[in-house]
Amino acid sequence: MSDNLLKDPYNIIITGVGGQGNVMASRLLGNMLVGRGYYVTIGETFGASQRGGSVMSHMRISKKSIWSPQIPEYKADLIIAIEPVEGIRVLARYGNPAVKLLCNSHPVYPSSVIRGETGYPSPEKIESSVRDLAPDTTFMNATEKAVSLGNSILAGIVLLGTACGAGVLPLDREDFHETIVNRLENQQVELNMKAFDMGFRLLKN
Amino acid sequence: MSYLTDNQNNDYLLMGNEAIARGALEGGVNVASGYPGTPSSEIIEALSSVAKERNLYVEWSINEKVALEVAASASFAGLRTMCVMKQNGVNVASDFLLHLASSGTRGGMVLVACDDPGALSSVNEGESRPFARLVEIPLLEPGDFQEAKDITKWAFELSEEIRNIVMIRSVTRMSHASGNVRYERLPDTNAKADFRFDGPLSDPETGPVISMVVGISELQHVPQQEKIKKAAEIFEDCPFNTYEGPEKPELLIITSSACTLYSREAISLLNVKDRVGILKLATTWPLPPRLIKKYLSVTDRILVVEEVLPILEENIKILAAEMAHEIGPKTFYGKNAGNIPSVGELNPDIVVSALSTILDVRVESVSESFVKEAAALIETGIPVRGLTMCPGCPHRASLWSIHNALEMDGRKGFVCGDIGCYVAGLWPGGFNTVKTLHSMGSGSGIAGGFGKLRQFGMDQPVLSICGDSTFFHAAMPALANAIHHKSPFTMIILDNRGAAMTGFQPHPGTPVNAMGEAVPSLDIAEICRAMGATVEIRNPFDIEETQQTLHHLIEHQEGTKVLILSQACALSPERKDNPKYRMKVDEEICIGGNCGCNRLCTRIFGCPGLLWDEEKGVSKINDIMCTGCGVCADICPAGAIKREEVAEYVG
Repeated sequence: MSDNLLKDPYNIIITGVGGQGNVMASRLLGNMLVGRGYYVTIGETFGASQRGGSVMSHMRISKKSIWSPQIPEYKADLIIAIEPVEGIRVLARYGNPAVKLLCNSHPVYPSSVIRGETGYPSPEKIESSVRDLAPDTTFMNATEKAVSLGNSILAGIVLLGTACGAGVLPLDREDFHETIVNRLENQQVELNMKAFDMGFRLLKN
Repeated sequence: MSYLTDNQNNDYLLMGNEAIARGALEGGVNVASGYPGTPSSEIIEALSSVAKERNLYVEWSINEKVALEVAASASFAGLRTMCVMKQNGVNVASDFLLHLASSGTRGGMVLVACDDPGALSSVNEGESRPFARLVEIPLLEPGDFQEAKDITKWAFELSEEIRNIVMIRSVTRMSHASGNVRYERLPDTNAKADFRFDGPLSDPETGPVISMVVGISELQHVPQQEKIKKAAEIFEDCPFNTYEGPEKPELLIITSSACTLYSREAISLLNVKDRVGILKLATTWPLPPRLIKKYLSVTDRILVVEEVLPILEENIKILAAEMAHEIGPKTFYGKNAGNIPSVGELNPDIVVSALSTILDVRVESVSESFVKEAAALIETGIPVRGLTMCPGCPHRASLWSIHNALEMDGRKGFVCGDIGCYVAGLWPGGFNTVKTLHSMGSGSGIAGGFGKLRQFGMDQPVLSICGDSTFFHAAMPALANAIHHKSPFTMIILDNRGAAMTGFQPHPGTPVNAMGEAVPSLDIAEICRAMGATVEIRNPFDIEETQQTLHHLIEHQEGTKVLILSQACALSPERKDNPKYRMKVDEEICIGGNCGCNRLCTRIFGCPGLLWDEEKGVSKINDIMCTGCGVCADICPAGAIKREEVAEYVG
């Protein structure tokens, strides 16, 4: 765990497809950081038009003040992608060569792909094009891990665990535990903790 | 206890809408009403979640006009009251709003309008701000999350001071964004309601509460304009209007709302804080003239940063013109000069671009090769993610049947659409079925009009669709009108049992209210029958029966008919994680590309619960997405998609 922010403001984007638990992940992460005494600003798009569409949560972490709920182009420090193509979309607009990308490898096919109008890039193509732009990228099948726990919606929590274990955020396992105890129903705490730990170990030194 | 009712001075991460709700609680709100609409819905939801604890009355009303009337009654009886809606809702409420602004209010009354610049979750990006000027009431715009709370609390006091309704305008990036908010203490909750009406007509505290009396405008309009003048005077010293920057900046940014945060970010990115000042206005109508004069005097170049229409820009320019002999000529940048777009939402990059041109500075960014490579990847490498209905959505099944029935009829029949998730009927995901789309309830009003065009030789079958909440909101008058005028069309009510698009808020057809209490539910079928329509009710998941019914209704076009397609939303508590069927594709039977259907299931029906297995050349079920509605089994001409009943299903 890093004791301080690597940058101020530190900019995080969590992205995925509507219904993947994007908002929940950003809310939990935000509450963990407010608990640590940081200013947190989150900007997100949700609502009917986002059902099945691309979603993004922009998070700004600062010791000094709140910031714009939209991160300027090419200024993300950490991208957490619950869906690979959405990760690419965000990387291309908000990334930079130094960005850290944590990417779920499990795809959610857009309707145009299901209808056969366009193709979905192969895992190899996704990996090579992403690494070209962002060398510091980690792929994992967070959905598979989540499904092994009984619910694909936990993929975001697995990735949150990875982010917290990677040493780039001033957060530890206990911060997550404290936040979910306050925010979630009792019976959900253990399951979310398991999902978090699955991710937490991945990049933990 | 909810985190919304903590009575200590703690810091919380609140969504802007939660901050507004907390501000209302700190301001001693007693009654709150609204109609759901993105991005406003969480305010009433937050207040309803603490209604019992804080002794509130909270209601999801039938529509925004009635919501405003319900909230106004509480003000007339001396209570503090709030009414919440999205920008389009202000149009609906505006008839009563004009009258209310004329009669004035008693207990503090606040209207919260949440605009959606860029129409992220709306049919349009219509503005609510002009209403404040139109009906002559004060307009407040919070510039961050702390202010969203603090200004809401203050708005009740302001309303009581000027004895009129006060409007707060938020935007998506304020309402649906989150930030730190420090709480203040909550007041006692022992208000008593008493409507006084025995005094003279001219007494705003004890007389009857009425709008304009015909022919004697001075009785109301003169005092109303005194109120708005008083508000302008109060705004001169409003602590929420702030200036940051050098004493004599090269350029003054005048801004409000979320644009304040974009402007600050742009100044920081360009490192020009010694050259540019920001006047952030929270009181955007009426503008306080002395304050504006003071800051227009610090520089000759002014950039107005606001979203959508140049309302602030124009109002500032009027004051600048009036003061020109004292402050000298000014150069204005903004929408008129082309620095800031007049459509869509803003962001820090747009403000950076405007400032770069005006100040001739450049921002440091990534290398050109990164930008090029990133752009190429987007253009060639990844598919767009178009909007579609959820897997297992009853609207997909309904629109499928409607589309097929109209195609088979062959007379170029069409559907007049309405506001709800079924706007997807416009797109391939909804089979391009919807051919008109406007405001709440308009589909049925327009369809009723089309029905009368037979006189002019139009013989195309006419259908309208609307949701259950939309039916109550605005489609009932359209239906009554059509029946009365014997307009031949079929109104299809897509009843998915709640305002599903905005998060399952209750409406008059549901058996609970906003506070979770049991209430009488109004039966849509009975209402339509009482109006004189013939009514059929079908389950849209029964494709065959639904299509037969539609064929019959389209073929026999006499009179106004109603077809209710009743099935719960796939995301509703009753269907979520409760699949009726386990779906499977029999790979022996599916002959994929060689079947005459040419993969009808994925190519046309397109439910996200289905996938096309390129390698095997067969259809397959996406087990993570599939909700087990079973409809695709009836779509497949080869009978390759099989359903198996799930034993644990709760019906």
